[in-house]
Amino acid sequence: MKKESEGLFRIFRSASGHELLFKGIVTLILASGSVLILIPFLYMISTSLKDPAQIRSDSASLMPRKPKTVPINGNPEPLYQVTIDGQVYEYALIKKIPNGLGQFVDPARADVIHELKINEQKQLYRWDVHWENYPEAINAMPFWRYLGNTLIVTFVGMFGMLFSCSLVAYGFSRFRARWLNVLFLVLLSTIMLPSQVRLIPLYIFFQNLGWVNTLLPLIVPQFFANAYDVFLLRQFFMTIPLELDDAAKIDGANPLQVLLYIVLPQARPALISVGIFHFLYAWNDFYEPLIFLHTPENWTLAVGLQTFDAVYTINTHLIMAVSVLMIVPPILLFFFSQRIFTQGVVFSGIKG
Amino acid sequence: MSFPSSQKISLARREALAGYAFIVPWIIGFLVFTIGPMLASLYFSFTKYNIIDPPQWVGLANYEKAFSGIWNAVRTGDARQFGDPLFWKALQVTIYFASLALPLNLGISFFLAVLLNQKVRGINIWRTIYFLPSIIAGVAVTLLWVRILNPRVGVLNPFLKDVIGIQNPPGWLADPDWAIPALVIMSLWGVGSSMIIYLAGLQGVPTDLYDAAKVDGANAWQRFWNITFPMMTPVLFYNLVLGMIATFQYFTQVYVATSSSIAGLGSPQHSTLFYNIYLYQNAFRYFDMGYASTLAWILFIIVLSLTALIFRSSDAWVYYEGQLRGRG
Repeated sequence: MKKESEGLFRIFRSASGHELLFKGIVTLILASGSVLILIPFLYMISTSLKDPAQIRSDSASLMPRKPKTVPINGNPEPLYQVTIDGQVYEYALIKKIPNGLGQFVDPARADVIHELKINEQKQLYRWDVHWENYPEAINAMPFWRYLGNTLIVTFVGMFGMLFSCSLVAYGFSRFRARWLNVLFLVLLSTIMLPSQVRLIPLYIFFQNLGWVNTLLPLIVPQFFANAYDVFLLRQFFMTIPLELDDAAKIDGANPLQVLLYIVLPQARPALISVGIFHFLYAWNDFYEPLIFLHTPENWTLAVGLQTFDAVYTINTHLIMAVSVLMIVPPILLFFFSQRIFTQGVVFSGIKG
Repeated sequence: MSFPSSQKISLARREALAGYAFIVPWIIGFLVFTIGPMLASLYFSFTKYNIIDPPQWVGLANYEKAFSGIWNAVRTGDARQFGDPLFWKALQVTIYFASLALPLNLGISFFLAVLLNQKVRGINIWRTIYFLPSIIAGVAVTLLWVRILNPRVGVLNPFLKDVIGIQNPPGWLADPDWAIPALVIMSLWGVGSSMIIYLAGLQGVPTDLYDAAKVDGANAWQRFWNITFPMMTPVLFYNLVLGMIATFQYFTQVYVATSSSIAGLGSPQHSTLFYNIYLYQNAFRYFDMGYASTLAWILFIIVLSLTALIFRSSDAWVYYEGQLRGRG
């Protein structure tokens, strides 16, 4: 015994043992933290599959379930796993009586009543999954309309952003001119600019154009570049060697052709990661759609879901079902592009 | 003699013109969607404007409304003495949230990033899990948390009561004293976004520094404090600035959590009346565009000066790699 513990002690004293212990602790902390991260997701999914009765009576359970029942004298009564003198039985609870006691019977012999403390017995449940919540939720709101609007805003906006930001980033990375550096600093300074400081005049401007309550205020500005994405793309363009540019120029290519045939094909990883970031931003955005879109036929999913919640807030199961549908595309995108994603962050975060 | 140089100038001019041509989309966007609206909102901030009637010049009246009564309020300790008590309430709510959420967020995400930078098994899975919440931030997640935190039918309070043994768990978003902590908990669930930036920073720390320290006999803790931490201060600083700016623009979570309650936006008892919520109310509920523009400019100046403050103070505690090299 003594020898063994000494051996264990020696392992932990040794360098590799130290490291083993350290890694064990790290894994333990990471695992417990990730439970905290994942439980809300599980709760969202399970709530979306429950029926309203369960949400009211049994909201904390992570399992969409119903109490198991057996018919006793024609009435369905809840089934419990009870322990009597160390023996385990499945008995039905037929009546609650004072002092936390209940009358339990064996379903096969309903005449013999056992009085037991209810909270010392384990109630039995069965799975009760309501897939129909999803079609019901989709039909309870103009879901496809919201989805269509969201997709238009997201993808047309993404196209505009990639188009304009590529041009601008190319201008800032490949040409020498006195004012370009100054203008680049101006561009960078707008990253920190709170959007509220220009929001009200923009609203009035779009209203005068007749664009309020259309998707245009969310889409058109994307065609005029934004500081954040220009910065990311420019940083990437700077890493692309100039030799190919020069070769193409000698062959008579003009600057636009150099951008199209030399720079952009090499910048694909950066374009994709900027595109993904834009997708996530546009898909989740709530602030601007809330301000610019006023009637249901123009809402995006984010605004539509919030409004649905405001009107039908008791229908938790339906709201959670739409919420699940809304988080699925970003999660899928994330899993399929994880590598590009983390590279994009690495490069956007600090490498600048 | 003059011929080649003039040709050179024309080439340079051509290059410059091409460069300017490519940035035209941004220049138009900057004029139309940024600088123009900024100047317009500066103008509106000196007017009374309800969108329907033309703006009416009122001079400093909107700024007076926001700032008047400070002296009386401070002297009597009575918030009702403020010209606009809700403006000060909004500032207080925002700063209170920032003072809780930012240190916790910075600390926890840095700690997680250090853990996720260790060579343990399955590290990619852990990284994915921790990053997941930050890609779905928004309405769906807030609706989920509103339900988790619900004191009657939520899942958190039964847990606190039955598992941890807290007899009277707080009412969270329904309780004026607990609404902000509830929002802080929600925000901590999304620490992944700043965590991933730390992680990128940690991976950028040159390994030769660690090797050199090992040769000098530094232990893991010393290596962390003398290499990792100083090398990470620029990233810490970056996250601090971004976090602060984000707090002053905090909107979606509060809107979704409170707009459908009976007491309305910023409820209960204005305890979640964030600055940006108050601005939105003035602009798009009361259509007081003049005062809302004033609030926007005050916000702009606050963000600007806080950023400048951190930039100036950063010399004292932020290390950049270049400096480190310069000293060595």
